[in-house]
Amino acid sequence: MGLQEFWFIAIAVLFLGYFVLEGFDFGVGMLMPILGRHKDPETGERRRRTVLNTIGPVWDGNEVWLITAGGALFAAFPEWYATLFSGFYIPLLLILVALILRICAIEYRGKIDDPVWRRRCDLGIGIGSWVPAVLWGVAFANIVRGVAIDENKKVTAGFFDLLNPYALLGGATLALVFALHGAVFIALKTSGDVHEDAVKLAARLSIPAVLVGGAFAVWTQLAYGTTWTWAMVGIAAVALVAVVALTARVREGWAFVCTTIAVAAVVVLLFGSLYPEVMPSTTDPAFSLTIENASSSPYTLKIMTWAAAFMTPIVIGYQAWTYWVFRQRISSTSIPDSIGLSLGRSR
Amino acid sequence: MDTLDISRWQFGITTVYHFIFVPLTIGLAPLVAAMQTMWVITKKDSWYRLTKFFGKLFLINFALGVATGIVQEFQFGMNWSEYSRFVGDVFGAPLALEGLVAFFLESTFLGLWIFGWGRLPKLVHLATIWLVAIGVNASAYFIIAANSWMQHPVGARFNPETGRAELTSIWELMTNNTALAAFPHAVAGAFLTAGTFVAGVSGWWMVREARRGRDADSRSMFRPAARMSFVVMIVAGVALTVTGDIQGKLMFEQQPMKMASAESLCETETGAAFSLLTVGTHNNCESVVHLLSLPGVTSFLAENDFGATVQGVNELQEQYEQQFGPGNYKPNLFVTYWSFRMMIGLAAGSALLAIVGLWVTRGGRVPHQRWFSWLSLAAIPTPFLANSAGWIFTEMGRQPWVVAPNLAGVDQIRLTVDQGVSDHPVGLVVASLVTFTLIYAALGGVWFFLLRRYVIEGPQEHDAHPPGDDTSDEPDDDDAPKQLSFAY
Repeated sequence: MGLQEFWFIAIAVLFLGYFVLEGFDFGVGMLMPILGRHKDPETGERRRRTVLNTIGPVWDGNEVWLITAGGALFAAFPEWYATLFSGFYIPLLLILVALILRICAIEYRGKIDDPVWRRRCDLGIGIGSWVPAVLWGVAFANIVRGVAIDENKKVTAGFFDLLNPYALLGGATLALVFALHGAVFIALKTSGDVHEDAVKLAARLSIPAVLVGGAFAVWTQLAYGTTWTWAMVGIAAVALVAVVALTARVREGWAFVCTTIAVAAVVVLLFGSLYPEVMPSTTDPAFSLTIENASSSPYTLKIMTWAAAFMTPIVIGYQAWTYWVFRQRISSTSIPDSIGLSLGRSR
Repeated sequence: MDTLDISRWQFGITTVYHFIFVPLTIGLAPLVAAMQTMWVITKKDSWYRLTKFFGKLFLINFALGVATGIVQEFQFGMNWSEYSRFVGDVFGAPLALEGLVAFFLESTFLGLWIFGWGRLPKLVHLATIWLVAIGVNASAYFIIAANSWMQHPVGARFNPETGRAELTSIWELMTNNTALAAFPHAVAGAFLTAGTFVAGVSGWWMVREARRGRDADSRSMFRPAARMSFVVMIVAGVALTVTGDIQGKLMFEQQPMKMASAESLCETETGAAFSLLTVGTHNNCESVVHLLSLPGVTSFLAENDFGATVQGVNELQEQYEQQFGPGNYKPNLFVTYWSFRMMIGLAAGSALLAIVGLWVTRGGRVPHQRWFSWLSLAAIPTPFLANSAGWIFTEMGRQPWVVAPNLAGVDQIRLTVDQGVSDHPVGLVVASLVTFTLIYAALGGVWFFLLRRYVIEGPQEHDAHPPGDDTSDEPDDDDAPKQLSFAY
């Protein structure tokens, strides 16, 4: 395996890490208003906080997978990075805005003890979870499908060209799978009433996720896949069907393993279908970006390989330790009273 | 305005905005870690309360630093794609390393610190905030190494086949003498910022509590915090001067045009004066009138010799035209001249607070003077503005280059901003510029409101005492959740 192949896989692994980890963060954000619904506003607020705090200690670390994926893309495949980021300007702008809102909303929500403040933050968390989930799906589907790229490696397709049926199905798939992934994660991390409702919600989400995700996987395979990627379609399908059965039996631990496998299989399917191109051109195949004409020099790739080989196990080690430290389930009763200040001064 | 101008405005606005929060994060993380260390060593509740108080302010600030940081990494590709193609082989590596080495560390251990109170053993919990402090400072190193390569490209060759710069030595890139000077300068600026922040808040509180007749709190809590930060500020101030001088001398050598422009030095002079005040009817060399200057000082800054010859803007322009072809190689005179002076002058605001503060708190004194509380508050914004001015100076002074040529290095490794910009329709970039500016303005308002609200409220009742020492019994029973020590 050459360095270019290795770095293609490394980029896939970084996005895989991002989608597996931030996937349930997005799911949690999407489902917070649904699981937090209650006729008693105080109980509802406690439930929303329970849901949000399942990702409390880890969401920020999860997001770094994106930052590192972006940096690695820049370092290993500068042409891919430049063509993709300038060509997908509007979706990336929207993703950035959504992520900014989400970070501030999560961090600031509890800082002020006021219902209107919290509602605004909840809106930020909602936008910040839905928009990236859908748009990452749209973006990756378009990468695999190919967009109009000219001889100067510039994307000539407009924003509305990106909203084709296949890409929209990709957006729906990621949103649904992340929602399911998040519901199962909430079920795994909570006990009591929130836990019960999360299991029910996961069971309800699992069927549409199988159908939409299955359709997207098969479309990807038939239109862009190669022989071995059929295995990924199979694994994703089996994993998602297993989630249906496992959530019905309240086996959320195994269900989480299965949603993780499903997300991973979809990412591998997308990258596997893409290889050896990284940005196929629909204008002329000769203009396509490939791992060869988009990559950095062998020296840079070699340096990056050493750095990644040394650092990645350490990062995975301490992130895994974080999950171990916070392995305890939480519930509405384990959430302390808000310590946020009032909007104005109290005395 | 065309796409280039709008793209530059967008990069400038988003970057200056990002760098409001970053220095406070870089400096405050170690200061909070130091407070927590003092608590662990002395077991005094006052240090615990300070840790929690400044820890909250740190978190409010940290969130915006992270949120605006993602934009930074993305917009190289989004708005400067031709630049990215040209430099990616070199410039991408420190960015990727920054994520891998620094961002993972700071973000993961910050989560452990926030939620780990009472759950992690005391010393392990203390280690988490120190790891955050190491992470944020390490991130500064990588990004400054990347930026220094744009100021002074080393460790790279020009590949005529690919038409781009390619890395030849990661070691040379990471030990670029420009970076070795700029990193301590930027970090010292960050410590000055955080020191001034802690000193300003503590100074204000010291007077406030003393005037309310609560000398005990003032003496046991805010006075030690203030004095700790006065010392940090003075050390940082000395470090800034020394590193600034080293950096300045390098810049005279590596980017003479930037320094000539900063001094409004139009013609080459021997024994060049340091200008304190100029006026000009137009933003160009011909109309500048020097009103007040210190003879020989610019020469001294450049070469440690009051009689040295320093090249002026006009001669450098001719020289650059010969070397790089026709074009305008002069940076914006007004901006470089005044941002350079603002950087130095505003940093003096913090120094004033540190010296006055040490005086009024000498020998166990607690200040009651209202003017001192005003001075404390007034000093807080000055290092923030000095940081911005410093970066505006160094980036604007590099214009029209985005990668300035290394006069002693590879000739073809150079790029002007118009060659680096993405070829987007103007309307698209205007739309993103407006979007970022509006969102940033709104969030800046929220940031200021929250900081102000938490500063005025002061250390809170529920943080009065450390959580009981129940960390020894490990929470093993997964089905019986106990109350969390912290939750969003």
